[in-house]
Amino acid sequence: MAKLNINGKVREVQVEPDTPLLWVIREQLGLTGTKYGCGVAQCGACSVHVNGEVQRSCAIPVGSVNATDKIVTIEGLSAASSHPVQQAWAQLDVPQCGYCQSGQIMAAASLLAKNAQPTDQDIDEAMTNICRCGTYQRVRAAVHLAAGMAKGGSARARRKSKA
Amino acid sequence: MKTRRIGNVPNVSRRRFIISSAAAGGGLALGFQIPFAIGAAAAKGASPAGAEVNIWVVVKPDDRCVIRIARSEMGQGTLTGLAQLVAEELECDWNKVSTEQVTPGRNLASKRAWGEMGTGGSRGIRTSEDYVRRGGAAARMLLLQAAAQQWNVTADELSVSEGVITHAASGRKTRYGKVAAAAARLTPPDPKSIKLKDPKDWKIAGKPLQRLDTADKLNGSKVYAIDLKLPRMLHAAIKACPVFGGTLASFDESKILSRPGVRRAVKVNASTVAVVADTWWRAKAALDALPIVWDEGAGATESSATIAERLKEGLTAPLAHAFRNEGDALKAIAGAAKKIEAVYSTPFLAHATMEPMNCTVKLAADKAEAWVPTQNAEAALAALSEESGLPLAQCEVYRHDLGGGFGRRGGKQDYVRQAVAIAKQFPGAPIKLIWSREEDMAHDFYRPISQCRLAAGLDEQGKLVGLHLRISGQSINAQANPAAIKDGYKDDRQLQGYTDKPGDAQFGYSVPNLLIEYAMRNSHVPVGPWRGVNTNQNAVYLECFIDEVARAAGADALDFRRTLMAKHPKHLAVLNAAAEKAGWGTPLPAGVHRGIAQFMGYGSYSAAVAEVSLSREGKLKVQRMVLALNCGHAVNPQQIEAQVEGSVAYGLSAGLYGECTVKNGRMVESNFHDYPILRLAEMPQVETVIVPSHDFWGGVGEPTISVVNPAVMNAVFAATGKPVRSLPLKNLKLA
Repeated sequence: MAKLNINGKVREVQVEPDTPLLWVIREQLGLTGTKYGCGVAQCGACSVHVNGEVQRSCAIPVGSVNATDKIVTIEGLSAASSHPVQQAWAQLDVPQCGYCQSGQIMAAASLLAKNAQPTDQDIDEAMTNICRCGTYQRVRAAVHLAAGMAKGGSARARRKSKA
Repeated sequence: MKTRRIGNVPNVSRRRFIISSAAAGGGLALGFQIPFAIGAAAAKGASPAGAEVNIWVVVKPDDRCVIRIARSEMGQGTLTGLAQLVAEELECDWNKVSTEQVTPGRNLASKRAWGEMGTGGSRGIRTSEDYVRRGGAAARMLLLQAAAQQWNVTADELSVSEGVITHAASGRKTRYGKVAAAAARLTPPDPKSIKLKDPKDWKIAGKPLQRLDTADKLNGSKVYAIDLKLPRMLHAAIKACPVFGGTLASFDESKILSRPGVRRAVKVNASTVAVVADTWWRAKAALDALPIVWDEGAGATESSATIAERLKEGLTAPLAHAFRNEGDALKAIAGAAKKIEAVYSTPFLAHATMEPMNCTVKLAADKAEAWVPTQNAEAALAALSEESGLPLAQCEVYRHDLGGGFGRRGGKQDYVRQAVAIAKQFPGAPIKLIWSREEDMAHDFYRPISQCRLAAGLDEQGKLVGLHLRISGQSINAQANPAAIKDGYKDDRQLQGYTDKPGDAQFGYSVPNLLIEYAMRNSHVPVGPWRGVNTNQNAVYLECFIDEVARAAGADALDFRRTLMAKHPKHLAVLNAAAEKAGWGTPLPAGVHRGIAQFMGYGSYSAAVAEVSLSREGKLKVQRMVLALNCGHAVNPQQIEAQVEGSVAYGLSAGLYGECTVKNGRMVESNFHDYPILRLAEMPQVETVIVPSHDFWGGVGEPTISVVNPAVMNAVFAATGKPVRSLPLKNLKLA
């Protein structure tokens, strides 16, 4: 039995403590926006926020999560996809297949929460999730665009990153 | 704008579906016959013959237009592009367009009215553009005819824009939603009477519109097949003998049955075992704990070294398939003033789609259903039927958009067969099979391995007088389509990009004496198409060697190519476009070097210029890549750019890191820690030049990947003066 605070709600789950948080989120809690990609904290498709920090949930045993830890998944990031990162992603048509994008968006949201105006180098260091479709160029542009939006900014949609 | 799936309603015939969907949604389906499209489909497909009905457009009373899509969407944007082509001819309001997917069962029941569903070879748009545009046009004609009849005028007195029909003479107006019901009762137009728009008049197609399928990828609500939930569903984790060709000897189920949630361990087929549990994680954990004995078989003695040895022998073996033999290349080279020789090699590669292989199957006595991410829904249907033993008419496949395809999820449908074999052992329970990443890396259909031996001769003036190119390597056809190999060794497919014939993958150079050969040398490793397939390796061999020859001739890499390309103006045009955009020949910052390459595949012409930096310690960074592509009609330029950017990332992952090595008959690499993928920090700045051309339809998803690595390798050659003759680059000392 574990108590989890997910997207603002406390949920109880019956599960072995060594079960990765990812699979508890997907299977016991039924929130499938968080994806399985590698199971070894390499690809970042399973990224969620734990107390505001981006974490790879496939490598966190659920038994190590406290009931007071606040977990946010892609489903809980915003109402109606209104987070600046989601808006920027939509504006620049970032996703291709889309499978990794929940994780990319969670990583970007975490970056911007700490660093409102990241440089390219900041983005290089923070955005380490794997995308096989190769959306990286637009991911970078969209992080910059979201930073501008969050600032209340004048950032106009640039279709392409030609930095 | 949402994408809806029509196939999730099982057990309905196509006609019944039309009636019920019209009743339920208040809309209707417009059907029409397109015999020429049928001919094309029948020629390619499994079920020919007979008149067919094509159904592409549903118009709702509120003017929303639902466009049906038969091809798979795996990120490449075909769904949006096809909708643009239909909407262009339909003259509807693009803001009211949504799409829904056709299921293969319904396609089959309608004698393949929607044509081919397989989505590979960059064919999604280029081989269906004609009949989908005619579908949109025929729908428009019916809607106009219905309005004309209501007003007692002729259809040619009417005009339409964004779904609003106007009779100018009387000032009357109506909308598609109002006349759609009447239009559906009209006789479809004679296909010969359909005149398609001149692409220069396009307003929806040809424009950089946003994708239709983005919204639910941003908030976790998109249901990939791996996310599917069905009542009473059980979960399966799977393991096949790690040695290719080996078999399952035994397993000890008793050791795992007491674990929570575990139902059983079952034999799936001769080489494979699965554990079924109430959740996938419990199944996977139990599988890891399951004692399994394999009979590894003869393949266990194979390694990368034994396979490479076999390929090396093929480079000089007396018998080879002479694919092209023009003039006398061997004599010309032997008598040349200067000779250049080299041997190149490229490794096995895994696809590593982000969404691992998966399939959910539900079996009943008279019905088999599968939910699956597939590039070939009809092949999935066939696999479901064969494995379940139920006739095709009692099978249905619900295609989910794929979390990546890249060729992995095309013909084989191995995961469908496995899921059925498991489901047969659990009557009444739908089974969701998910592969672990480790299983995905261990049991791919890998990009085939090959080596290439090249020789060239230059005359006193540095002119190329002869070229001999021999590839020795594994054949995809040997496993997938042996009938395509003539006389047991003549397999043209492995020579993709070297043909003399225009149209698909034409060799871009004129060489007076030319010999191109293939020596088939197979291994026990399963192989298959991998984004770009053989153009990747064949472009590396040709384009890197051409740089070596140019250097031996004392010529600039671009100028040398140009002298060989006078008879190939389209190849030359993209090469020039890439060179111009990249500023070929202009000074570069210290430590930065350029390389160039061109190649043709999938009906399109590609060229690239790479700029790389190399530190004194040998650290390579690809800084910038300019790619030029002529794909003929450009249906959505911003999505073409996205595909080009993606091809750079996929190509560079392979070029820098990609390598599957064989040891004791199995793959060594098991996950992203030892099969690294390019990450954002390593992504170069990509600039795409779409070279406009309106006289053909070429592919987009695959063509440009072929030129990515040769351009980078040639830039490294420029930096070090030493040619790069093998991939991945991580294995080479560049300092």
